[in-house]
Amino acid sequence: MTEAQPIERPVQELERVTIRFAGDSGDGMQLTGSQFTRTSAVYGNDISTFPDYPAEIRAPAGSLPGVSGFQLSFSSADIHTPGDAPDVLVAMNPAALKTNLAEVPAGAAIIVNSDAFTPQNLQKAAYASNPLTDGTLKGYAVFEVPITTLNARSAEGLGLTSKQVDLTKNFFTLGLVFWLYERDMTPTLRWIASKFAARPAIAEANGRALKAGYAFGETTEIFHTHYRVKPAHLAPGTYRNVTGNEATALGFLAASRLAGRELFYGSYPITPASDILHQLSGYKQFGVKTFQAEDEIAAIGAAIGASYGGGLGLTGTSGPGMALKSEAMNLAVMLELPLVIVDVQRAGPSTGMPTKTEQADLLQAMFGRNGESPIPIVAPATPSECFDYAIEAFRIALRSMTPVVYLSDAFLANGAEPWRVPDVADLPSIGRDTHTDPTGFAPYARDPKTLARPWAIPGTPGLEHRIGGLEKADGTGNVSYDPDNHDRMVRVRAEKIARIADDIPDLQVYGPAEGELLILGWGSTYGAIRSAVERLQAAGRPVSHAHLRHLNPLPRNTGDLLRSFRTVLLPEINLGQLALLLRARFLIDIRSYTAIRGKPFRISEIEEEAERLLAEARSGR
Amino acid sequence: MSDERPAGGVAELPVLTRKDFVSDQDPRWCPGCGDYSILAQTQKVMPDFGFPRENIVFISGIGCSGRLPYYMNTYGMHSIHGRAATIATGLKASRPDLMVWVITGDGDCLSIGGNHLLHSMRRNVDIKVVMFNNRIYGLTKGQVSPTSEFGKRTKSTPLGSVDHPISPLTVALAAEASFVARSVDTHTEHLQATLDAAGGHRGSVFVEVLQNCNIFNDGAWREFTERDVREDRMLVLEHGQPMIFGKDRDKGIRLRGLHPEVVALGDGVGEADLLVHDAHADDPYLALMLSRMMWPEYPVPVGVFRDVTRATHDQLLVEQIETARAGQGEGDLAKTLLAGETWTVTA
Repeated sequence: MTEAQPIERPVQELERVTIRFAGDSGDGMQLTGSQFTRTSAVYGNDISTFPDYPAEIRAPAGSLPGVSGFQLSFSSADIHTPGDAPDVLVAMNPAALKTNLAEVPAGAAIIVNSDAFTPQNLQKAAYASNPLTDGTLKGYAVFEVPITTLNARSAEGLGLTSKQVDLTKNFFTLGLVFWLYERDMTPTLRWIASKFAARPAIAEANGRALKAGYAFGETTEIFHTHYRVKPAHLAPGTYRNVTGNEATALGFLAASRLAGRELFYGSYPITPASDILHQLSGYKQFGVKTFQAEDEIAAIGAAIGASYGGGLGLTGTSGPGMALKSEAMNLAVMLELPLVIVDVQRAGPSTGMPTKTEQADLLQAMFGRNGESPIPIVAPATPSECFDYAIEAFRIALRSMTPVVYLSDAFLANGAEPWRVPDVADLPSIGRDTHTDPTGFAPYARDPKTLARPWAIPGTPGLEHRIGGLEKADGTGNVSYDPDNHDRMVRVRAEKIARIADDIPDLQVYGPAEGELLILGWGSTYGAIRSAVERLQAAGRPVSHAHLRHLNPLPRNTGDLLRSFRTVLLPEINLGQLALLLRARFLIDIRSYTAIRGKPFRISEIEEEAERLLAEARSGR
Repeated sequence: MSDERPAGGVAELPVLTRKDFVSDQDPRWCPGCGDYSILAQTQKVMPDFGFPRENIVFISGIGCSGRLPYYMNTYGMHSIHGRAATIATGLKASRPDLMVWVITGDGDCLSIGGNHLLHSMRRNVDIKVVMFNNRIYGLTKGQVSPTSEFGKRTKSTPLGSVDHPISPLTVALAAEASFVARSVDTHTEHLQATLDAAGGHRGSVFVEVLQNCNIFNDGAWREFTERDVREDRMLVLEHGQPMIFGKDRDKGIRLRGLHPEVVALGDGVGEADLLVHDAHADDPYLALMLSRMMWPEYPVPVGVFRDVTRATHDQLLVEQIETARAGQGEGDLAKTLLAGETWTVTA
């Protein structure tokens, strides 16, 4: 480590900074990003993150497909997105620079590991000449740091191989950025100590790398300024940082407690849903049973078995997996058992882009089964909301004895934000009793209000009965081919789901409840839409925002609300699936706005589209 | 709820009889179908296990066999094609107190449900899989099944099947089933005894019942199961007993190199030269060899091929939960929500 004295540097205060860390998928960029996130969250900033990584675990080193990125925004104000474009790009090699440069606005800072700009790496990134010297980066504030070399010095004397030392250079980078934004190293040093407790030399090397990076910022003259982003004014409470997948797993754990029933999670590994399986498998002390099944079908089959036995059956997957589950989802529709199917959507069709986000499974969730098969759908809007809607999914499943689809997506799943941890006592009660009285028992008798059938589980004396996928006679549940009975049962199953609307909150509006332009959204587009609407409102534009969390059935006031605006704009990361449903249902000419790039919307593009529609309205079209 | 129930039977049980297990639904199989006998034997053995009726569940897939749960006065589910084992796995995992039977057929179990058979067996899920093998798709009116003979002519194979059949027992053994047996629909006493043994086993059970489909594959197994020939063409396995068969008990099975060999007793060949059945052997070699024996090369073995004990899937799940609770105490939701680094914002 250098012995030079720290130089006093001017501090500039900023409201919000967006950083993107980019490097080879073996460079530890996800770890670097998540450590910066934790530190900023604990410091008290509002944060929002967007990890963006390739499906290949280790694409050839230095290649363009192997670039992994992590963008995060931290702020002293309330923010809703990980930022449209980075203020700072950290590029660990030429490939990382090449794949990210187009999204970095002029004037932004670019920190590069100059050691990695070798002729060989430049060739792998298809650079004909060195972008550090050929004028490519004109207009950017470029900071060339020989990270590999500097970092190697910090690990001298630890007896590690050069490869082991090289693996620590992401911590050098993190240390440097920590200095730049006045972050405290303590949480990360603590994390390193605990993560590498069994390997002291590795722990020491990583810790030294972090401190060396920090010291490098402090003592060199490359950076003229460092920056301060003060804590945000968040609502009082205890906070933690949470990703959507973490909040999803915690929400289902909570649902099990609130319902007083054992959680059974059947799942087959699939990106980007696997983390839910990993996390729930660590909750054995809660009696949670997890089952890594042989395939997607077995995963849902086992979950149905658990629900039939009186447990909370849960299965989780992504779009291709839900396609495989559809026949079993229909069995659950026919059996009328409580069940939740998590679909963490990713870019399709087919294998598509497994690590990239999309909202294109809505119609699959609505209609992707044979026959008339109504299934309720809920969709959280932010990572922390995943907790609430996991509970809501089971509340509906238990209330109405039905399978429920919970639609998350890759952006929510991997993105993180501060979460005000709720008091357990404030969580809703979602219990449902099983049926025990043999007097007049009929497996398909219905609750007059909800139309739910009784939950009569094996082990209950006197209620022995048979159920199955064949059409049921109304009431008795015996097999029936009677034409009128089938017509009645199809309508009853539809009505049962429709009546859930009696029991969900009205759609809320942010801004005026009627007027010129409503931007409607669902799922993870919330942040971009809300930020755009805030900006538009600040500029005096007549714009409101409403966000659907219940997609089937819709809140009762949906149609009236949409009709209260001259124009309804609906941005979706698909070709207009919700727009299709709403047009059909309400005969309203929804203005669909779509972009299917595997990435979340930028705030600016929604803002621009809204301005375009407002101008169109003014010009009288 | 389920915690308060004893695992398995209850001490003070009313004495149940076959009639207690007959439901109010009339069976709707073709007259003369082998399924009637299997249903009757299943109902007969149910009182033997000491389980209250409400703790017994029958789960089936699709096919003629899939109807059986409707006729059992227990809990039951007629599920979807090939997936009964998955539902049974989840049910047993969450409700170890239940006795769970899976009723399936050669198409349901070995074609569309083949994957689930492998995995439920290797996990030693405590479910009793009874596979009705009539070597044909009956409910869809006569197409080849995975156990149909090579060259078989059916509606879907007018010039003969080009698919080689598989041996269900070999598959079950390869998948590490802890109990593997075979019986015949019309051999009622043997079938009862086999189902009795199956019901008494804890762990993954696979029972193949050779069954006739008198409409689409009449005489499916006639060559060796008919009353007048069966003693000469079938080998009844009994643990610890030498492998002797024949109307006059004058033939046996001897090991020659790696192959079984049919020998006539007498003329220098005695009982001591014969293979002795060992259903409890740790390794599956003998059972695997027996599973390959088929008429006309060999007498067809019936009875319990393999019956070994190892921890069941539900037991292992429960043990992990108990271990976690012993180490960490009962889960605390409030603490878990606050796991990791937290910070507090004051007003």
